[in-house]
Amino acid sequence: MARISLKVNGKSRVVEADANTPLLYVLRGNLALHGPRFGCGLGQCGACAVLVDGNTARSCMLPVSAAENKNITTLEGLGSVAHPHPIQTAFIEEQAAQCGYCMNGMVMGAKALLDKNPHPTVSDIKRSLNSYLCRCGTHLRVIRAIQRAANGTVKA
Amino acid sequence: MDTQSISRRDLLKSTGVLVVGFSFFGTAARALAQGDGLSVDGMDPTVLDSWMAISKDGTVTVFTGKVELGTGVITALAQIVAEELDVPFNKVFMYSGDTDNAVDQGITAAARTIERGGVQLRQASAAARQELLKLASAHLDAPVDMLTVTDGVVSVAGNPAKKISYGDLLGGKRFNIRITASGNGWDMKVAPEVPAKNPKDYKVVGKSIPRVDLPEKFTGEFVYSQDVAVLGMLHGRVVRPATSLSAPASVDESSIKNIPGVVKVVREGNFVGVVAETEWAAIQAAQALKVTWSEPTLKMMSGPDQVFDYLKNTKSFKDNLVTNRGNPDAAFSQAQKKYEATYYWPFQLHGMMGPPCALADVRGDKATIWTGTQGPFRTREAIAKMLNVPTKNVHLLYREGSGSYGRLESDDVAEDAALMSRAVGKPVRVQWMRADEHAWDPKGPAQISTIRAGVDAQGNVVAWDFMDRSFPWSESEGNPLLASAQIGLKPMSQGFLNGTGGGGQIYTFENQKVLTANIPWVQQGQWPLRTSNLRAPGDLVRVFASESTIDEIASDLHVGPVQFRLRYLTSDKRISEILVATAKQAGWTDHVAPAPASTGTKAPGRGVAVANRANTMTAAVAEIEVDKSTGEVTVKKITIGHDCGLIVNPDGLKNQIEGNILQAVSRALLEEVHFDSTGQKNLDWDSYPVIRFEQVPEVEIVLINRPEMQPLGGGEPSIVPVTAAIANAIFDATGARLRQVPFTAERVLNALKV
Repeated sequence: MARISLKVNGKSRVVEADANTPLLYVLRGNLALHGPRFGCGLGQCGACAVLVDGNTARSCMLPVSAAENKNITTLEGLGSVAHPHPIQTAFIEEQAAQCGYCMNGMVMGAKALLDKNPHPTVSDIKRSLNSYLCRCGTHLRVIRAIQRAANGTVKA
Repeated sequence: MDTQSISRRDLLKSTGVLVVGFSFFGTAARALAQGDGLSVDGMDPTVLDSWMAISKDGTVTVFTGKVELGTGVITALAQIVAEELDVPFNKVFMYSGDTDNAVDQGITAAARTIERGGVQLRQASAAARQELLKLASAHLDAPVDMLTVTDGVVSVAGNPAKKISYGDLLGGKRFNIRITASGNGWDMKVAPEVPAKNPKDYKVVGKSIPRVDLPEKFTGEFVYSQDVAVLGMLHGRVVRPATSLSAPASVDESSIKNIPGVVKVVREGNFVGVVAETEWAAIQAAQALKVTWSEPTLKMMSGPDQVFDYLKNTKSFKDNLVTNRGNPDAAFSQAQKKYEATYYWPFQLHGMMGPPCALADVRGDKATIWTGTQGPFRTREAIAKMLNVPTKNVHLLYREGSGSYGRLESDDVAEDAALMSRAVGKPVRVQWMRADEHAWDPKGPAQISTIRAGVDAQGNVVAWDFMDRSFPWSESEGNPLLASAQIGLKPMSQGFLNGTGGGGQIYTFENQKVLTANIPWVQQGQWPLRTSNLRAPGDLVRVFASESTIDEIASDLHVGPVQFRLRYLTSDKRISEILVATAKQAGWTDHVAPAPASTGTKAPGRGVAVANRANTMTAAVAEIEVDKSTGEVTVKKITIGHDCGLIVNPDGLKNQIEGNILQAVSRALLEEVHFDSTGQKNLDWDSYPVIRFEQVPEVEIVLINRPEMQPLGGGEPSIVPVTAAIANAIFDATGARLRQVPFTAERVLNALKV
């Protein structure tokens, strides 16, 4: 066990964990941040996505030690039901989920995309989210939600 | 910036408090609402208080055995209650899936929740409204027929100052009345004699009310079964053999001695699991633990071909004769033109995004279980049996897991957690790993449908002989779940049958037989190829076969596919109406398929198909493109028509339909479980691909609303016709007929060569 300093959602945290522990288990287990979710543990589905220094990372594969002193943003860091981030508001307005289990990845992926490309085309959105899986089939709504977040409206 | 060190103990304390608070909410709500507790030995459906309670502030708490599986059904059920009681939607709180605090309304499945459970809650609400009006009548000294209700306030017609709210009438007290209820589960009839509201007066039902669960799902505040935690909780992982329920010949505990935090290697019968203080320790230990498994007594089959041969050549244990009219055999032998073909469907996964997770706290002969099962009462029963304790000693609390498209392993993982908790005497949270989930997903069964059809000299379909051969659901009918089987419980049943819909019975032919045969599989059920209900069970292949055949005949007769179907869709006007409406919306021109051969590499095609799933009528038009050089099929657009009677929540329904279409395209083009005698081969998302953003087609939806009808299901029906529509579109594009799913590039190329 090591003491590891993390910067999560703008706050400094010190956790005790094995340095090789994937960041996901530290966020969920030590810090009670349940936004990032375990989907595959293989970096294939995106349910565990977080932002590390602004870039998406699969927290199920990233050793916590590799995230030390970097700026980690989780879904909780964007907003809450009481104070949602505009992307979260857009997802709510488009009712862009069913079970919602993969939505952490969708919202974080959208955040990373819109930070770099504020007005993406539909193909930009598809390309950028292609490595995020959803089994309920909410892709079309997710695309509309990201368009809404980008433009305040959905373009046909 | 504040720096704080959070210990695990503090964290568990805080999460524990939150979540335990949640878990006792049902009892608390009831006590709050009614001023006293209720017996927890099972809820009596003839007691109105079993169904709902009204608090002083007018909140209506509904206690339901139905659960949210990600489809939005809890929002829709709340709409039905709000409508019938005349209370604002946001005053209805749904407390769901707590076996001590809900009537057993059967499992949440088969797109029957609105149709059956919705009507049960509607009638219970109508009975409650009737009682509230009676109380108000006495209080306001006015006859019941002079009373009106708006937003939970009863007032006297013509004298609005005379009024009283539901909360003031009954808040915190029991109804203390009996209602009628007969039958069990889905089939329970609740207060059928109480008149319900006329649908033309509906204000809440029929509106696209946003789902109550979604905002928290976008912010990380939602508590899934994967998030439930209690104080002192440990973490478990299972260790399972690759091919069957072999016995662990040896377990080398020294192989994990260097992993700190391991609490116990749990062995019971053939069950092996590891319990540790942290989740990561449990994961590492389960991966590292050296277990030598005994040689399996039953080998897996060598691959899909052996399974299909077995399906063809093994005697059915139960035949369902769905339609039998005239003499199809004689008519077939005399037919001018004959069609005979077999259609193949592989094992497919439910493929939930989040592997199942449960928390179990077993203390002595009592157990508390949190999990995401679609049948809380069924899972409670299974766990009680496994632990050998009375059913009432097990308290199961539903927490939503990852999306369910049938029966998931949330039942199995609950047993795993219970075994491990009993072994260590502490609460244990168990989540499966991705490979566990891919392997032990109780799959949609492999299936073949064989069809013989005959046409006479005048171009009439005179013979239709449809034979479906499928495995039943081995994981059903009280058969033991995984852990139960590992500790020695034996299957009692062949399993539940894989449906009967879609064999062409929506058409009326003079000589027509539709038979679904069920091939025994339960002995093999403990392989990774165990089976269960997967969304619209069995209907996809039957409709693939019947709608491909119809299309083939239409093409041979040089008749447009829509016109040809309409000749025989005479049994129910709803199905012909949805077909016509969908074709119109899709801009369909009823040309004879195949379309003239395209000169380029990419051949466009359109195809149509119809289906009736549990009386919901659907029609699909697929627009696709086939790359003739690679065999790759791209689905461009699906137009889908849907008639499920009265629509409760249009946007919620559209969400379901879109999801069904995308899942249908995924299953038609991409999905197949690969295996050989050594085990299952695709154990992750790279080897079992599902649809991705860049493969998603446009979806256009045509809804027909029928307020005069009862509400029917929307969670499954629209998945049914899509495969056939795509296959027919491939034929239109290329003249090649695909008879085996999935339509991989290789399979399409082979078909093009024929």
